[in-house]
Parts: sequence; structure tokens; C-alpha cells
Amino acid sequence: MAHHHTDNSLHHNGEIPEPQTKAIWKTFGILVALTALEFVFAFFMDAGTMRNAIFIILTLFKAFYIVAEFMHLKHETKALIWSIIIPMALVIWLMVALISEGSYYFESVNNYFN
Amino acid sequence: MSTSTTLEAPNSGTWDGGNEPMKASYGKLMMWFFLLSDAFTFGAFLIVYGLSRHKHMPYTGEAEAFQFSTQWWPIPEKVFNAFPGFHGVDLPLAFVALMTMILILSSVTMVLAVEAGHRMDKNDVQKWLLWTILFGSIFLGCQAWEWAHFITGTDEGMVLADGTRISGANLTVNQYGPPLFADLFFFITGFHGTHVFSGVVLLLMIFINTVNGVYEKRGHYEMVEKVGLYWHFVDLVWVFVFTFFYLI
Repeated sequence: MAHHHTDNSLHHNGEIPEPQTKAIWKTFGILVALTALEFVFAFFMDAGTMRNAIFIILTLFKAFYIVAEFMHLKHETKALIWSIIIPMALVIWLMVALISEGSYYFESVNNYFN
Repeated sequence: MSTSTTLEAPNSGTWDGGNEPMKASYGKLMMWFFLLSDAFTFGAFLIVYGLSRHKHMPYTGEAEAFQFSTQWWPIPEKVFNAFPGFHGVDLPLAFVALMTMILILSSVTMVLAVEAGHRMDKNDVQKWLLWTILFGSIFLGCQAWEWAHFITGTDEGMVLADGTRISGANLTVNQYGPPLFADLFFFITGFHGTHVFSGVVLLLMIFINTVNGVYEKRGHYEMVEKVGLYWHFVDLVWVFVFTFFYLI
């Protein structure tokens, strides 16, 4: 919170406000549910592109809740949010590029030697 | 007000560090951009994992008939199926599920500590920091066991074409699959474990400071928030390591 330095006079009368933890436990519940769902798919669905896509989507949801709620990014200014998200988008690009590179390498080696 | 409060008072001039771009303090912004750079490092590790995996042959047969072989990349459920105290029992991903739960729980206790800091509730901050330290340490212990098991290997191991039996793993050879599989396991989970360890050290430091009343005197618990950001990041990385290393 940016207004730390200004609001401390508020607490100097010795009273401590009640905890506001509802949103925190709700986020925790969502994270546990998403993880449980991942295990359901891991055990009851055959491996394949479809299952991997489900895993990645669920992971992105979990990442959203951790970054937005626990790390509080959702409540920061727009400029800060974008300066974190845009560089990460470049990493995703690199990931897609190098995974297809790996497949290409595998296929070309396979075609040469088999 | 004690003298230390005036010493710790923030600079207020525009060219004196007083303005806060993006309405976040200097320390928090620096933590965010450090975490961004750290995310690049972890991203690079996971990208190399994806690349290596795709340049090796996938296992295409029935999951029941799966055998460890250097020919193909192993199925994670067949590698990570041990649980402490259940020797030889096939419990796929059970232990890593437990580790994931412990880390998510530690993340929750960390936000609770941050929340208590906003209310200037010293006792609650101490309580939740202690829980976080406890869960973090348990996670490290679990990882130590996981590594020990991975390095020692299973009784059956892997039998090579010439009849030699390999058990366990090191950086050049392992019983689970191609050498790169174990290398990436050591590097990715090791780098993450190092982060958890640093996080526990940071948590111990801010716990001692909280007990000594440093933040109470300073008038805010922003340091708890900054360490909290780091700690959630470690949890976030685990979410990705878990998906890409253990599930897919």
C-alpha cells in the first residue's frame, strides 16, 4: 500500500482493527480446488495434447489468482500491471518458438537416422 | 515518537526520492522488477525443459507397459510415485501433491501476515510469520527427501541392453530416461529449492525484526509485504514447475 507513511496516526490509540481475511481464504479455496482438478485430470484422462492444454489453462488460472490476489497486483496502478505483464508475454513467445524448434530438431534427426 | 522514527521518515521532495512512480514505494517496485528478472530465469529453465523434451522421443505405448529407457522421455507418474514410509508402493504424484499443498498453505499464512501488518497487529504478524516459516521448512525437508529418493533410485532400476543395471540418478546417467531428464530435474527443482531456502532465511530475519518491534517503531510493516511478494513468487514458480515437470 502506498499510503503507509500517512495513515499510521490512525493506529496510535492502541486499538487493533478486526482481521479481514474472507477474500484470502476464498482465494485459497480456489487454488486448492484448481489443484485438485488437475489431479483428477492427471488420473482419469489419457495423456495427450488435450490434457496438456487443460493443465496449462488451469495453471494460468492459478497463476492469475496468486499474482492478482496474493501479490496484490490487481490492486496496483495500470502502469505497474502492464510493466509486469508485457515482458512476461515475450517469455511465452520464446517458449512457443523453442518448443517448435525442439520438435523440428527431433524430426530432422529422426528422418536422417531411421 | 522515538528518534528512530524521524531517522526512518521517508524523503518527501520530488527529487529527493519522495515521489512514488506507479504509486508503489521504491522497495516494492524494486522487488517487482527483481521478480520479473527471476521469472525470466525460471522461464528459461522451463523453456529448455520443453525444448529437450520435444527433441526426445515421446513414449507412445500403453501406460501400464511403460519401462524406463534412455530411448524415450519418461512419464512423470512412473518416476515420482514414491512416498516416505511406503516402500515399493506405487503412489503416483502423491508426495508432490502434499508438497504443493504445503506451499500453497504457506502462501496463505504469508498473506495473513501481510494483512496483520496492515492492521499494525504485531502478535498476529508474528504468529503468521512463524506458520509460514514452518511450512517453508517442511517443504524444504520434503524436497530433500525427494532428491534423496531420486538419487538413490528404485530397487528394479533400469537394465541396459548389455545387462548392466542402473539405479538412481546423477548428472551423467540415470535410471529414468535420457541424461537430460535428471539434469533438468536437478537444475529446476534445485534452483527453486534455493529460492525457498532464501525465502525462509528472509522470513526468519523479518520475524526477528518483528519480535524486536522494529516495524512497530517504523510505523509500517512494508518489509513484511516485500518479503511476502518474494514468497508468493516462489509459490508461483512451484505452480509452473509442478505442471510442466510433474503433470505434463
